Amino acid sequence: MDRAAIIGVGQTKYERGKTKNFAELVYEVVRKALDDAGMELDDIDNVVTTTNDFWDGRTIACMAIAEAAGSYGRDATNVEGDGTLSSFYGLMRTLSGVYNSTIVTTHCKVSEGSPRKLFNQAFDPVYERILGLDAISSSALQARAYMNRFGITEEQCAMVSVKNHRNAKNNPYAHMPLDITVEDVMKSPLLAEPIKRLDTSPISDGACALIIATEEEARKRAKRPVWVKGVAHCTDAYRLGERDLTYSNALEMAARKAYQMAGITGPFRQIDVAEVYDAFSYMELMWYEGLGFCGRGEGGKLIESGKTEMDGELPVNPSGGVLSAHSVQVAGMVRIAEAVLQLRGEAGERQVPGAKDALAHGINGICGQTHCIWILSNEES
Amino acid sequence: MDNETIFEVEERDSLLVHQGVIRVPYTWAAGEVASRFYIGLRDKKIYGIRCPNCDVVFVPPKKVCHLCFDNLTEWVEVSDEGTLETFTIVHYNEPELHPMKAPFAYGIVKLDGADTGMVHLIGEADLNRIRKGMRLKAVFREKLEGNYLDIKYFKPIQRANHG
Repeated sequence: MDRAAIIGVGQTKYERGKTKNFAELVYEVVRKALDDAGMELDDIDNVVTTTNDFWDGRTIACMAIAEAAGSYGRDATNVEGDGTLSSFYGLMRTLSGVYNSTIVTTHCKVSEGSPRKLFNQAFDPVYERILGLDAISSSALQARAYMNRFGITEEQCAMVSVKNHRNAKNNPYAHMPLDITVEDVMKSPLLAEPIKRLDTSPISDGACALIIATEEEARKRAKRPVWVKGVAHCTDAYRLGERDLTYSNALEMAARKAYQMAGITGPFRQIDVAEVYDAFSYMELMWYEGLGFCGRGEGGKLIESGKTEMDGELPVNPSGGVLSAHSVQVAGMVRIAEAVLQLRGEAGERQVPGAKDALAHGINGICGQTHCIWILSNEES
Repeated sequence: MDNETIFEVEERDSLLVHQGVIRVPYTWAAGEVASRFYIGLRDKKIYGIRCPNCDVVFVPPKKVCHLCFDNLTEWVEVSDEGTLETFTIVHYNEPELHPMKAPFAYGIVKLDGADTGMVHLIGEADLNRIRKGMRLKAVFREKLEGNYLDIKYFKPIQRANHG
């Protein structure tokens, strides 16, 4: 792969009930990303937005926010899905040889829709949709399958929530910084067993933007370019009953491919900081395993070891993760933006000292049907 | 009205919030595979479809094997009894979504003769006694409508404890 770099990032604060509309949120992060990169819109030659018509409550939703993303007179296109996927598309356009600098945006106001009803629409209308499953109840089926298979305890899942909400206290963008204990999580209301309120991510509104540039453009403009070393995306079966719910093969395949591109042979040892898509607490443990941070079934032991805490060998979700801010299709791009801040040494109180190589992870679909992995570095080779 | 859009406006600190409802009628062709599956249920028969290359029986059936990309045509009848692979007990109510009132259970059931699990409701069960590996049997709806709830739910198979 030719070299490309992320040279600008912008995020809103994530919170419930934001009063800015979609276009206002998109404009805020595009302006921030341009300022961060020291660029003006004239320096951007193409635009990739991320929308979902159901979440936005309108069809061709991309056209309604395109102007705020800088589309006028430019090649503007759209991806429906997680922000890691629109970023991947933005990267490909950057590498196509046609464009120099790509702006990628994503926004979502989860609080304005009806999250459970909208998520239910992801199920097949001629088969399971009528059962009324949503993100919580379908993930509960996965959580139980995973926990049963490997003897993962609810307390081990709760430790993820405790860690990430604590980390969020260091992140001014986070929605839910909390001082909580394992006992607090265990005592929080049962939603769909074994998932309890504090095992879930919040309903957050927000937006995020990245600027991705060719090597030439990055060298010309960026003080601290963050290089894309590896990126991969992999898809599992659509139906839950056809997947191994105890282990994500799609994640393992995506991670292997991204590691290979980046020359990573020992991910736990070589990666300095990871931002993963922990929509529910159990997911972070499952993703540890698929990412090869530990062996199969050892996610519970890894969180207990403290090695993924801020002062551990591989801090995971210093930002507080998705458990502390979940603007759905924004959340994956936030993982990339946070990794970029870490690699520039600009992550403030949540900085992992001396981080050189970072991993960002996004998911799409029911119970992580697809996984997208980015390996980023502040070193050129 | 089938297609109504209600607009209400709220104001807070000179910022307006518009509220509406989107209700859009839609039709979905079930396709040849799901149609045949539902027509089979009329005779209380559950059909799966087998991939001869992968030796996998998909229940509910589908047109294309995701593993080998072959077009599937080999119909097989599977049992109306199976084993529970995973489950959850739901404690919140969503009256417009849920066919049952909370608390109720969802599970993934692998029917005897099938290689994939069916996501469904678990009914007539003591929620405290639902366990992975328990045996379940399909309960059919009296008046069939041609959708997924023609199997109302799966109920635990009571083991005879006498005679």
